[in-house]
Amino acid sequence: MTAGVAHVAGAGPDLPDPVPSAGRTRSLTAYLLLLPGALWLIVFFVVPLAQLFTVSLQSGFPGYPGYYYRDVNFGTYASALTEFAGHFGRSLLYAGLATLFAFVLAYPLAYAMAFRAGRWRNFMMICVIAPFFTSFILRTIAWRQILADNGPVADTLTFLHLLPGGRITETWMAVVAGLTYNFLPFMVLPIYASLERADARVIEAGGDLYANGFTTFRTVTLPMSMPGVIAGTLLTFIPAAGDYVNAELLGSDRSTKMVGNVIESQFFKVLGGFPTAAALSFTLMAIILAMVFLYIRRFGTEELL
Amino acid sequence: MKPLPPPADPATRHLVDAARRTARGSLSRRGLLGGALLGAGATALSACAPPAPPAAGGSTAPALPEDLSATEKTVDFANWTAYLDYDEDTKKYPTLEAFIAATGITATYSEDIDDNDTYFNKIAPQLRAKQDIGKDIFVFTDWMANRVIRDQLCQPLELIRMPHAANLLDSLKDVSFDPGRQHSLTWQSGFGGIGYDRSKVGRDLKSIDDLWADDLKGKVVVLSEFRDTLGLIMMSQGVDISRDFGKAQFEAAVAEIDKRISDGYIRRVKGNSYIEDLKSGNAIAGIVWSGDLFVLRAETENDSWQFQIPESGGTLWSDNMMIPITSRHRRNAMALMDYYYQPEVAAQVAAYVNYVCPVQGAQAEMEKIDPELAKSPFIFPSESYIKDNNILGFRALKPQEDADYGAAWAKVVGN
Repeated sequence: MTAGVAHVAGAGPDLPDPVPSAGRTRSLTAYLLLLPGALWLIVFFVVPLAQLFTVSLQSGFPGYPGYYYRDVNFGTYASALTEFAGHFGRSLLYAGLATLFAFVLAYPLAYAMAFRAGRWRNFMMICVIAPFFTSFILRTIAWRQILADNGPVADTLTFLHLLPGGRITETWMAVVAGLTYNFLPFMVLPIYASLERADARVIEAGGDLYANGFTTFRTVTLPMSMPGVIAGTLLTFIPAAGDYVNAELLGSDRSTKMVGNVIESQFFKVLGGFPTAAALSFTLMAIILAMVFLYIRRFGTEELL
Repeated sequence: MKPLPPPADPATRHLVDAARRTARGSLSRRGLLGGALLGAGATALSACAPPAPPAAGGSTAPALPEDLSATEKTVDFANWTAYLDYDEDTKKYPTLEAFIAATGITATYSEDIDDNDTYFNKIAPQLRAKQDIGKDIFVFTDWMANRVIRDQLCQPLELIRMPHAANLLDSLKDVSFDPGRQHSLTWQSGFGGIGYDRSKVGRDLKSIDDLWADDLKGKVVVLSEFRDTLGLIMMSQGVDISRDFGKAQFEAAVAEIDKRISDGYIRRVKGNSYIEDLKSGNAIAGIVWSGDLFVLRAETENDSWQFQIPESGGTLWSDNMMIPITSRHRRNAMALMDYYYQPEVAAQVAAYVNYVCPVQGAQAEMEKIDPELAKSPFIFPSESYIKDNNILGFRALKPQEDADYGAAWAKVVGN
């Protein structure tokens, strides 16, 4: 009631009305708080993106390979898309497979960490995060040792007659395994966060209402963890589709190259490849954006949009 | 009061205009934000005008930046990995330390370059826009040096100030890409050929075709440097790579590589990291660079690593020091280049890196350091050794060939 009284007193005719000036201060503060983030976005995102787009429309200077002139040449998009369609397909396929495998590995792990780990929970958390303390490149190169022809994995699989080619590195299996490994923590952490936040009493209530373990999981636990699952799949799929390190270090020359490898090579190795590299980057971004949009529309929650 | 002329920078101009429009009141938030946005957009658009190519035919000399060597006693040297004598105990480069002590010029050395294309494409946009890359010497292989000189991205040398530069081997003095060595000086040279583990292969590999054997299927790596890999294959197909071969001969070699990759003989086309595959046993033979096999012998303590010039001939390449067009320490850089052309210094470097030494008189100095190395044909090849083994350099490509062949090579290796 005191709040109501104060409000009435504040609105009284003999006192200046504090509301408008307070509102102005508040909105100015909001703008000021937004400023660093907005500037960061403009300088490091909007401007480079605009530049990337103009580069993708440039044409090669006739007679001077490696030099360009400003142009509006959409032909680069057409030729890049027809020539590298296979690389796009492979990128989406490998990223999809890696996301699927990461989900299959991550969900039980996150579940165990959230509900069953007890005093081991922190230890398990450290195990998931610890690899981030070493370089991504080094860890991927280390996989070359693990998967080497004379290494334990290849030897075992060959012994079991499960590896007809006799090797894992320089095949698509190594690329997908590398992607799965490298992006696994991005799947585990959001799912864990969702599960950990879930109210255990709600899950318990499922059992009280005569649902068996599986039905409780399907109708109660899984839906409650969906925000984490969506976030995890996005955090895995998006960087995996643009990744080129795994395909470069673990894959072979022609049959496992992804679109990231083409962009890298057009930019750094092919003389005069800048517009193609820029066009491919832009197209990849557009494809992923469209897929993410459809995905969130279909499965998403308000929390993500 | 006369109004000041508007500032040249579009972003600043817009901000000033916005301030003038609202001069009575305070600067409006919307105006400020709009100005910043428009300014950023304008800056972005003007920044992305690509640099124009150099004047036709490169006939006009480029403008050189002011040389600050007299006041700033520094020089920054960018080079390739494991390419300068290094002392593991002191973590220093002995010859470089001696240079600093003798001249008072602080020399900074960095192993920035691991691939011609990658390094060049990283710095080229800045060089073309004449923005300082912070380096005073960089090192590129012949064909890339050709491109750097052609595009006027390096400064001419004042040879009159470099008395020791005359020690350059006669065979390297007149190269097609830099007649009279007006812009570049050789750092080291080397051979491309076949490398293999004799104990695992179980026989000698003498020609390129020996690599395509069924028991080596999937165990062969080749270099991503196409002038070595395709050069060796073209030689095995009877082409003289130092003379005017054409597109047809080049495409025949590309087709050969295409077939060997499809059939699974070649496991991977790789840069310098092929050494790791030889070490791990994923590959036991390949097309390699001479010096690397000596490093491999020492590191794996396995003397069965063999380097072989193929029967049809080997490739010869050189890496060349140049001064970037943006360097403001030209004289210091020349002093450092000149220093490494003293025979005793060159011998010290060669004893460590095991590549072909380009300096006359270094062989005599090497006798004092290690008489065994002074006899090595991989450091001091005689003229007859080069001739008898048909070791040739890949000819300089014309600009359009350079781009087309590079693109054809990128395509055959999958991107």
